[in-house]
Amino acid sequence: MYYFDHSATTKPHKEVLDTFVKVNEEFFANPASLHELGVDANTLLSRARKQVADMLGTEENKVIFTSGGTESNHFAIHGLAKKVQSRGKHIITSSIEHPSVMESIKQLELQGFEVDYLPVNKKGIISIDELKSKLRKDTILVSIMHINNELGSIQPIAEISHLVHQNSRAFVHVDAVQSFGKYPVSFTLLGADVLTLTGHKFNGLKGTGIVAWKDHVSFEPTIVGGGQEFGLRSGTVPVAQAVAFAKAMRLSFENQPTMLTKYEKWNSQLRQLMSHLKDVLVVSGEDAAAHILTISVRNLKGEVLVNALQSKDIIVSTSSACSSKQTKSSHVIQAIGVSDDYKKGVIRISLGTSNDNQQIDYFIEHFSAIIKRIKGE
Amino acid sequence: MEWKEILIRYGELSTKGRNRHEFTGRLRDNIRYAFADLPKFQIVTERDRMFIRPNDQETMDQLIKRLPSIFGIQSFSPVASCSQDLEDIKQTAINVIGSLDRENKTFKVTVKRSYKPFEMETNELQQFVGSNVLRTFSDLQVQMKKPDINLHVEVRREAVYMMAQVIPGAGGLPIGSNGKSLLMLSGGIDSPVAGYQMLKRGVRLDAIHFYSPPYTSERSKEKVMDLAEKLSRFGASVKLHIIPFTAIQEQIQKQIPENVSMTTTRRMMLKIADLVREETGALAIITGESLGQVASQTLESLTAINAVTNTPILRPLISFDKQDIIEIAQDIETYEVSIRPYEDCCTIFTPASPKTKPKLDKVEYYESFKSFEEMIEEAVSEREIMVFPKKKKQDKFSDLL
Repeated sequence: MYYFDHSATTKPHKEVLDTFVKVNEEFFANPASLHELGVDANTLLSRARKQVADMLGTEENKVIFTSGGTESNHFAIHGLAKKVQSRGKHIITSSIEHPSVMESIKQLELQGFEVDYLPVNKKGIISIDELKSKLRKDTILVSIMHINNELGSIQPIAEISHLVHQNSRAFVHVDAVQSFGKYPVSFTLLGADVLTLTGHKFNGLKGTGIVAWKDHVSFEPTIVGGGQEFGLRSGTVPVAQAVAFAKAMRLSFENQPTMLTKYEKWNSQLRQLMSHLKDVLVVSGEDAAAHILTISVRNLKGEVLVNALQSKDIIVSTSSACSSKQTKSSHVIQAIGVSDDYKKGVIRISLGTSNDNQQIDYFIEHFSAIIKRIKGE
Repeated sequence: MEWKEILIRYGELSTKGRNRHEFTGRLRDNIRYAFADLPKFQIVTERDRMFIRPNDQETMDQLIKRLPSIFGIQSFSPVASCSQDLEDIKQTAINVIGSLDRENKTFKVTVKRSYKPFEMETNELQQFVGSNVLRTFSDLQVQMKKPDINLHVEVRREAVYMMAQVIPGAGGLPIGSNGKSLLMLSGGIDSPVAGYQMLKRGVRLDAIHFYSPPYTSERSKEKVMDLAEKLSRFGASVKLHIIPFTAIQEQIQKQIPENVSMTTTRRMMLKIADLVREETGALAIITGESLGQVASQTLESLTAINAVTNTPILRPLISFDKQDIIEIAQDIETYEVSIRPYEDCCTIFTPASPKTKPKLDKVEYYESFKSFEEMIEEAVSEREIMVFPKKKKQDKFSDLL
């Protein structure tokens, strides 16, 4: 199988699964328990938390474990907005955010918050000037994703954070779900106040995620109960998931520079191929992230293309998995203004650690033939 | 913003007359000890101030982050440097001010020009820097007397130095400059704070803890070890003495009427502490007692307990409100450890209604039926001693992470 849908999810690394099993077998106790087993589980949990904090450049009391990207984004946005709403009720976000950000913010909008949705250019990037003009005295949150899941567009987060912090009292939340492990991600590099990640995008487990933040950020809990995770997210902490997350994150962190070189090489090979094909449009901007290449075939349905490629064991997806079951084209494709004859035929090729040179060669070898065949040429 | 060096102001130290050398030397050694994990850096000690010059920016960031916890420092300032080129001076000034919070702040420039061949006069340079900064940051208000931000520019032969930010230090005196004392460390919120207060006054600490297995668990002991570890992070190692206390406590339960058993327990603890103090060469005993907080901390109780020794007992928290103590505990990060819910030997044998006004003669009378001396000596000789900060122990989790 030739898997090119890593932005939807990845296969967990063997080491991560081993950790998950071993922690479940040996450190299964509730980390809140007083007895020795509980204390051990709690020590292990703290170590995992510290490891996560160290890699992102924050402190260990500023990381909580969640059930994944969607929960993390929801917590970051709702938790922060509810906590600081006395300072203002204005939020800025982009028009191409992941639904978990978009819908969380829309919920707040219904509850009386004011929201500005920044448009993006053809490459899927917001305008810094536009952001500046939207910042207000009562802006409390600017939530902009690092790398877009459908296009691979990379937002100038460092510049955004700097601008926001210089010109307002707002906090910057960055959804880094698609970027961690592919590009360098840390508080120092991005200047953000809150970062959200999920494990399954970097060969960790589904159902694992974190929210991390810097000094001076505080949240209102969104799940209440026993007061776990510093009172911010109640519920017995799944230690095995947390440790597996920390492990996947470390492996991914260590391999990031090596993998990025590979993605860059493969990306330019694939772009080379696409540029030679008639009726194929590269939707991703030329400076988009190397691990995501979105293209479209004229007057074709993406779904047909996905099925045709699958017959040759090549797995890709139509835009993102989160929007792929909807029949109309996604809000991201709408936002960058793809012309009508290319709107329906969008597919996303997303690279990951399971790929190698030979797989890229295979893809290149079969892709044009498949296109020709389904176009009846 | 790139910083070149850090200027440290001693504050209280500068008033120490002929002992000054000892104090500044102690401070320098403590800084070296506290930052032993960082790459080597230069420390230059002068009469009124000290300069630290790290070789890279990362060490600089670490120093700025951690210096506020070192005792004996009144305040410190990161210093930037640049060439004598005017454009360079202008840009550096803007960067230095740009790194500060400027909202509704007043501002002035102070120039010192010890390098006389420099092209501008003092006033000229002052105006040049001031006007350029104001042009960039129009929200600043100029004020000559007591401005919020005072940008110091010093033109020296080798470079131009600039600083504006004054970061408050921990104050107090360098640890070790006031001898050693023995801290009675229970595991509660107060005693680590008491230890911290004395560390701040330059006192080096040994700590003593009373351990009563199986009534109290291994966890409660670990909790105290963690507290000792926390206290050792302020720039001096802490030696912890753990006293096996079970036998004595059981004896007290048997011999002494319940309502004064708490007083006797404290007296025995103090006797033991005094022996350990003598053996380790400490001069005083430190407790976290706060007047009236619990039954053992009324003046009557303190009198009855104190009667067993003439050693000075330092009670830095005696006048503190609980809330103030909690705030300090949170600042020094012992609070999180102290509130772990494990019983210690004081909470587990607490009588239902202890006397708040025990009579010394009565207590002495009850104690006279049984000699505790032998048990006390045995407890002291069988104590466990540990030194913090602890070296990293074998890690059973490493392959999981």
